[in-house]
Amino acid sequence: MNLFCVGISHHTANVETRERYAGASREKALREETGCREVLMLETCNRVEIYASAERPVTTDEILRCLQSSRGLAGIDNADAFYRYDGETCAQHLFRVVAGLDSMVVGETEILGQAKKAYAGARETGSAGPLLHRLFQRAFRVAKHVRSHTDITRGAVSVGSVAVDLAVKIFGDLSERKVLILGAGETSERTARALTSRGVTDIRVSNRSIERAENLATLVRGRAIPFHDWTAQCREIDILISSTSAEEPLLTPPILAPMIRGRADRPLFIIDIAVPRDVAPEVNEMDGVYLYDIDSLQSIAEQSLAMRRQQMAAGEKIIAEHVSDFCARFGRDTDKQSPPLAPRVLDDAAMRASEL
Amino acid sequence: MDRQLVLLSTLCFFVAVAHTLFALREGVFRPGRFNFFAIALGFVLQTAFLWIRGHSLGRCPITNLFEVFIFLAWSVALIYLLIGPAYRLSLMGAFTAPLVFLIQTFALLAPVDIPHRIRIAPNPWLEFHASMSMIAYGAFALACVAGIMYLVQERQLKTHQLHSFFYHLPPLTNLFAAITRLLWLGFALYTAGLISGFFTGGPLPRVKMICAFAVWVFYGAILQGRHLHRLAPKRIATLCVLAFTAAVSVLWAINFVSQPRPM
Repeated sequence: MNLFCVGISHHTANVETRERYAGASREKALREETGCREVLMLETCNRVEIYASAERPVTTDEILRCLQSSRGLAGIDNADAFYRYDGETCAQHLFRVVAGLDSMVVGETEILGQAKKAYAGARETGSAGPLLHRLFQRAFRVAKHVRSHTDITRGAVSVGSVAVDLAVKIFGDLSERKVLILGAGETSERTARALTSRGVTDIRVSNRSIERAENLATLVRGRAIPFHDWTAQCREIDILISSTSAEEPLLTPPILAPMIRGRADRPLFIIDIAVPRDVAPEVNEMDGVYLYDIDSLQSIAEQSLAMRRQQMAAGEKIIAEHVSDFCARFGRDTDKQSPPLAPRVLDDAAMRASEL
Repeated sequence: MDRQLVLLSTLCFFVAVAHTLFALREGVFRPGRFNFFAIALGFVLQTAFLWIRGHSLGRCPITNLFEVFIFLAWSVALIYLLIGPAYRLSLMGAFTAPLVFLIQTFALLAPVDIPHRIRIAPNPWLEFHASMSMIAYGAFALACVAGIMYLVQERQLKTHQLHSFFYHLPPLTNLFAAITRLLWLGFALYTAGLISGFFTGGPLPRVKMICAFAVWVFYGAILQGRHLHRLAPKRIATLCVLAFTAAVSVLWAINFVSQPRPM
């Protein structure tokens, strides 16, 4: 049985090329036109890949012709952008993809959900047979294994999620925390939304223009505060997100000290995303105050990404073990296998049996 | 024979330490059950030692500095096993195991396992006093461990340098809550131990009383500062580390001046 994968991804093609081949799944057409026994198409914004098994060798050109004809791309030559993996390397590639090792943002977990969705779709239409079933089930296990045994998914890689991660590391549960947004900018809004998604409910917005404050407050389900009142809020809040267009720092240690007096055991987390900065860097020296500006947040995001890349070697090791185990089992089973059957929809019992 | 049990127990704690160090060196520290079970096994061996030694002495085995240190290490492991899982399984163990390992290694290497020539008469009040104080020391040791975890995380947050280890530490506020609870637990046990000391019946050495009272005042002052919100969490964490270091030094002094009473 020939197991192979043909596809394009962000490594080999730009978005313009990728989007030409993305769209409605054409598994049935591929099966019929190329004679593949099983076909599964994995389409994400970063890749279009066809996983298939066939009794006879199917060339990349055959697959490409079929894809191009169904998308009306005849005559366009993108053959160079397509890659191909066969047998063991196909399994290895899928395991890397599903574990997030081949993603643009290394370690992202969205790909696992997308692969599961593609698999479920192929299973429903009967395009995925016993071999792809076993391959994908193993890939999902591998992804879980890599995630739980390495730090590949550790650390946030965007400014908003870094801010939320830090807030969680300082406060734990965020549901009781009070947030003040100073300046109604786009990044403030994104960060506030990220905090809301982690359970924050008390959000106050203050801006020189009260209308803009009210607009943002409505968007993040908070309440607007008059700009002259923001200093008084500092006594109550736990998180301050600042992004005003002030030329001089609004917060310096002498200004902040009286505001935080009496809250010795309540930390204050300040996210200063304004340029020029709204908060003097010396504020970070104060007890219980944690100040992060845009550069430090970006630097942490980069650190996380670098850390994820460092973890790739550990992930590759796990994948290599699974690939050799999968291939050994696959080889054993195919030796005993009766002549291949036509693609069929697997019922649950058959799925369980093939999994065993 | 019973010292071999301590040796094996120390080996268990060493394995937990080595496991953590290896994981840190690889940059992939992940809290698992390994440390917890290594400490649990070490604890079983410590218990076996104390049981055998206690039987041979016919009383609570805290008659010399070796036994005192093993009892202290046992108390630390006990408090960790009881409350460690409430925070993060094995993460506190990553900090607890080195502490216990150091205490036991010192006890094994130093010439402090000197049996008393005079057999000491069993005294329930004295044993209650000593064991309560030792278990209180266990709680203070864990408060010190939580304090170190707090300081490590605080430093990483302040310097914006987040090691992979950072992502496995409990949130600052949770750690601070743990420190507070451990301090209260230790303080309550220590107070009970201190009060019971007055019922032992014998003359109380002045130095011993002053040292014990100084430790009580130190921890009382930390708790008072916490209660009145006068001390920032970072200062409390630092004081926990200092107080425990001082308390262990005092323990040495107390043992040094303690004289056995003839039967």
